[in-house]
Amino acid sequence: MPAELRQQGYSEAQLRLVSEKVPCREAQAAALLALFGEPDHYSFPSIFIYGHRAMGKSHVTLTLLRELQMPHVVVSCVECVSPGLLFEQVLGSLFDSSAVTLSRSPSLSDFVRLYRQLCAEDSAKHTRYIVLDRAEVLRDMSANLLPGFLRLQELDNVTVILLSEIVWDKFRPSTGCFEPLQLHFPDYSKGLQQILAQDSHPSYSAELYTFYINILLGVFYSVCKDLRELRHLAALNFPKFCEPLEKGEAEESDTHKLWRNIEPHLKKAMQTVYLRELPYYSKFLLIAAYLASYNPARTDRRFFVKHHGKIRKTTFLKKHEKTSNHLLGPKPFPLDRLLAIFYSVVDSRVAPTASIFSQISSLVTLQLLTQVGHDDQLDNPKYKCTVSLDFIRAIARTVGFDILRYLYDFL
Amino acid sequence: MATSSVSKGCFVFKPTSKKRKTLSTEDYFTDGSENPENSRLRFQLFQSQWQDMKEEVQMVHDDLNKKILDSLLEFIGKSVASFQSRAVGWESRMRASEIPTAALVLGVNVPDHDVTFQSLSDLLRESVSPFVASVQAKECGALQHLMKKVMQQLMGGGVALDEDDAEEQSGYQISDLPRKGFNCSLGILCDWYQNLNKKSCIKSPGKKRSSSGSDFPKKPPLVVIFKDLEAFCPQVLQDFIVICSQYIQQLPLVFVFGIATSPSTIQRMLPHSVSSLLCIELFQSLSCTQHLATVIDKLVLTSKFPFKISGKVLKVLVGIFLYHDFSVCNFIRGLQLALFEHFFGQPLSVLCCEEEEALAQVRQFSHEDVEKILQLPSIMRYVEKQEPQEQVKLLTSDDHVKVVTQNLLKDLCSYHRNFYPILRCLHLLTSSLPKFPLGKQIRELHVLCLENNVWESEEYESAMQLLRMLAKDELVAALQKCVEVLQPGMTKKLKEVVHQLKDIIAKLKMLDQLSDETISCEGEQESSSGKSLQKTDLFHLQKTLMEMRETRRNKAKTPYEVLRNHTVDYLDSLVKMHLLPPESQPLYEVFYYSSSATVRRHLNATPRTSIQTALSHPHYYLQSEALKSEGGTISKAAPDICIIYKLHLECGRLINLYDWLQAYFTVTAADGQDPDSAEGHVDEMKHARFIRAVSELEFLGFIKSTKQKTDHVARLTWGGCQT
Repeated sequence: MPAELRQQGYSEAQLRLVSEKVPCREAQAAALLALFGEPDHYSFPSIFIYGHRAMGKSHVTLTLLRELQMPHVVVSCVECVSPGLLFEQVLGSLFDSSAVTLSRSPSLSDFVRLYRQLCAEDSAKHTRYIVLDRAEVLRDMSANLLPGFLRLQELDNVTVILLSEIVWDKFRPSTGCFEPLQLHFPDYSKGLQQILAQDSHPSYSAELYTFYINILLGVFYSVCKDLRELRHLAALNFPKFCEPLEKGEAEESDTHKLWRNIEPHLKKAMQTVYLRELPYYSKFLLIAAYLASYNPARTDRRFFVKHHGKIRKTTFLKKHEKTSNHLLGPKPFPLDRLLAIFYSVVDSRVAPTASIFSQISSLVTLQLLTQVGHDDQLDNPKYKCTVSLDFIRAIARTVGFDILRYLYDFL
Repeated sequence: MATSSVSKGCFVFKPTSKKRKTLSTEDYFTDGSENPENSRLRFQLFQSQWQDMKEEVQMVHDDLNKKILDSLLEFIGKSVASFQSRAVGWESRMRASEIPTAALVLGVNVPDHDVTFQSLSDLLRESVSPFVASVQAKECGALQHLMKKVMQQLMGGGVALDEDDAEEQSGYQISDLPRKGFNCSLGILCDWYQNLNKKSCIKSPGKKRSSSGSDFPKKPPLVVIFKDLEAFCPQVLQDFIVICSQYIQQLPLVFVFGIATSPSTIQRMLPHSVSSLLCIELFQSLSCTQHLATVIDKLVLTSKFPFKISGKVLKVLVGIFLYHDFSVCNFIRGLQLALFEHFFGQPLSVLCCEEEEALAQVRQFSHEDVEKILQLPSIMRYVEKQEPQEQVKLLTSDDHVKVVTQNLLKDLCSYHRNFYPILRCLHLLTSSLPKFPLGKQIRELHVLCLENNVWESEEYESAMQLLRMLAKDELVAALQKCVEVLQPGMTKKLKEVVHQLKDIIAKLKMLDQLSDETISCEGEQESSSGKSLQKTDLFHLQKTLMEMRETRRNKAKTPYEVLRNHTVDYLDSLVKMHLLPPESQPLYEVFYYSSSATVRRHLNATPRTSIQTALSHPHYYLQSEALKSEGGTISKAAPDICIIYKLHLECGRLINLYDWLQAYFTVTAADGQDPDSAEGHVDEMKHARFIRAVSELEFLGFIKSTKQKTDHVARLTWGGCQT
């Protein structure tokens, strides 16, 4: 068994409860608890915890703080679109929330002033903890925010814990700051199995579930080490796994049969459905946009003028065009080029009505086209076609248009 | 206006509000008409018929949406149950951290979605939860806007839960509603929700709950509807989902994604780390073409509404639908426009109402009204066909005209009552034929019947030929369906038809007993002809084959073939009797709106053509004869921009501004005056007018400045109206 949690000032029972709740993370929990010290001890001013997604960073931290009843506040930085929101949440949950009155768009100094004022009224008996989840968002807020939080202990007995998936090196501001203590949460590796096996289904034996988890990990571990995702997959496929048991076709011990039954389900890929329903002219507009995006503008003459003469591809090529346009991705094109191609590919005479123009903007709304650039939107807007080749071939087939004949890459 | 101020300055004069009288639609309708009483009546008719149509549309809509909405409601209900059973069920515990999400694929007809979402949120408010927020991408450019929108709608909905103490609630609301931008966080929502639940828990045993709140589950879910998922900024959406997932333990959130394109959009917009926070179920709505078919079926292919549209108008409306927007709402709007135009433009549309009302209306007609009737083209044709005596009577006696009109109205009404059922029958019979000679959809057949005598078309002939080859069981099945279609709302004539058809079906069934004999008889014939084929040369073979074909043609047909021919002939006679085009009916102008050009102009505008017409034929818009010019000449009285435009049509890709200016001077110079007389002296006034006109033209997008040559502008259009 890994190290047991020990810390003076907390009861044995409490500590045991905590260690049960953090499987495979006892070492990290112990380290963290050692850093925290006894309830009224000053801790390290700021602690930076990092590790991949679903590595138990928040889980361990929160379990410790919650179970050992330390005064704390947890703020998700994604949620805080402005520093004001962050300050308000911190102050509101550490102190009496009715006393918190911040100005309209408070700065860090407002926060510090108010914090000091509230501290004086309600000074800390135990260390307070401020947990900032997804701390990488802080970097995009005002520049003094992160350095300020790192040294918040200068005001009071408080420790700031930053949680992030990114290493500290990417945080360090150019102006320098107080260095937090760094704590890394490594991959679970073999521990994953133990954690996953904990949510066994009540109506089946724990051994069966463990066996199931082993199969699952065998298939998915090489591509996915994310605990949350694996748990999702486990929940998704377990009923399928149990199907033969329900029907009475297999015993719990008949593992081979169970495996054969579940395998095809695990490998089934999700099918995406293509969109083939569009108004008639919208389809042609989309085709025209695709041609405009993937053909060099110089080649339009060759494709869309009747007597273009013979232009061979080799003599025609410029050096940079030798690479496939499809590898380079769509290129922007102006509106008039789109309409010119549209009128030459659509087989009937179409008046340039308001509906045609509004269809272009609907295609943009549907994200089949995107508008590029911001200047000159009124005069000469530019677009890109964002659909894939398979998609446009499916669309072209519905209107009987052989798109490959018009694509420069496929000549 | 004068002021008492001594100093110079700008003064704002607000118009006195008394003077302005707001005109109602009715005032616009009757404005300027010679017979206001008549107009008012028509307006009322328009309104009542539109109301009827709207109700019908609403019913169709509810009907069509019912299925998908029901399954959605079921899904949301299920997720609510899963929230509550979290402690018990293994399945729901395992997925507890996921937000239940319904992906609603609605098709690309975006204008129609609003109606669907409206009925969805109404239904949800009624039966699942008072807390429904629906957001649109254009209101939610940034995360805080989205948050604010969602919270405002959710917390605003709280008032509905406890109507008893609405006042107290609203007092609480105002203080609690997000006051400022930065105050919006889900934490607040969470507190609010828990408070609310506590309150209702304490209150519910003692107090009588309001009716709207009574059947909600204990913890109603919070439903957030994203109306147009594609248009949302992916980053905003991702952040919102991540935040919500952190609160999912306390807040029973449910998402509904409105998707116009395909479900793969979700994967494109949300990275795996975010989409794994959602538990997505897919819902596919009915395709819009089916929707349109139902709407046409209920609004157009029925004698319920007196108002009808001609084949051309229907074609335009369906064309706009199929080629441009796929929007059923726009189709209905087009129908409304046609209805309005009909009542607005046709004075005799007072008769376009229920039969009895119309008859009563005719009795009160004045002499002018009678004149109008006689001027209708269809009535003129009708009069010409009458005996001379009758003609004289019609032209002299108003009363006689009234009597005849009443009879004609009755005829027309019964024509409509027979027309649609027979049309449906014909469609039933022909829609299963190979290659669909008369169209797959009933609306195609309908257009055919509206425009010409359908039996004269080639398609009809080939359809009839195919019908003459139909197998027996197919024919019987089709006929039986026809009888079913004809059954409801039968007129005398239709009763007769049903009787005949039943008779035919019975006869066809009788054939089963006879068939054995005929087969044996045929077998003998076959064998005898088979013998004659032996041992002949090529020429003889050909000859005998020809003969055999002849004999087979003339050969006595099997009883089934005889009966089949008889049946098809009977159907043919039905078509010829009942599916006459409406234009052949006297008085059809009263019911049919046929100005397809107006509808096209209003619904499918051509901005560029309009601008070009305005520039090349200014008299058309300015309504001044003086501006009319013959050939390609330019009237100097025309607005400057028109002159400039005409001149620029003669130029190439690049236009020299100085030459252009000179040409402009030449055109605008007074008649007698020699343009060169003022050499060297540029009229500043004209120069300024020229520059203004050029920049107007640039604004309209006909030219733009170019860097290729100084003093030149580039032309952006070619062709257009050269005449």
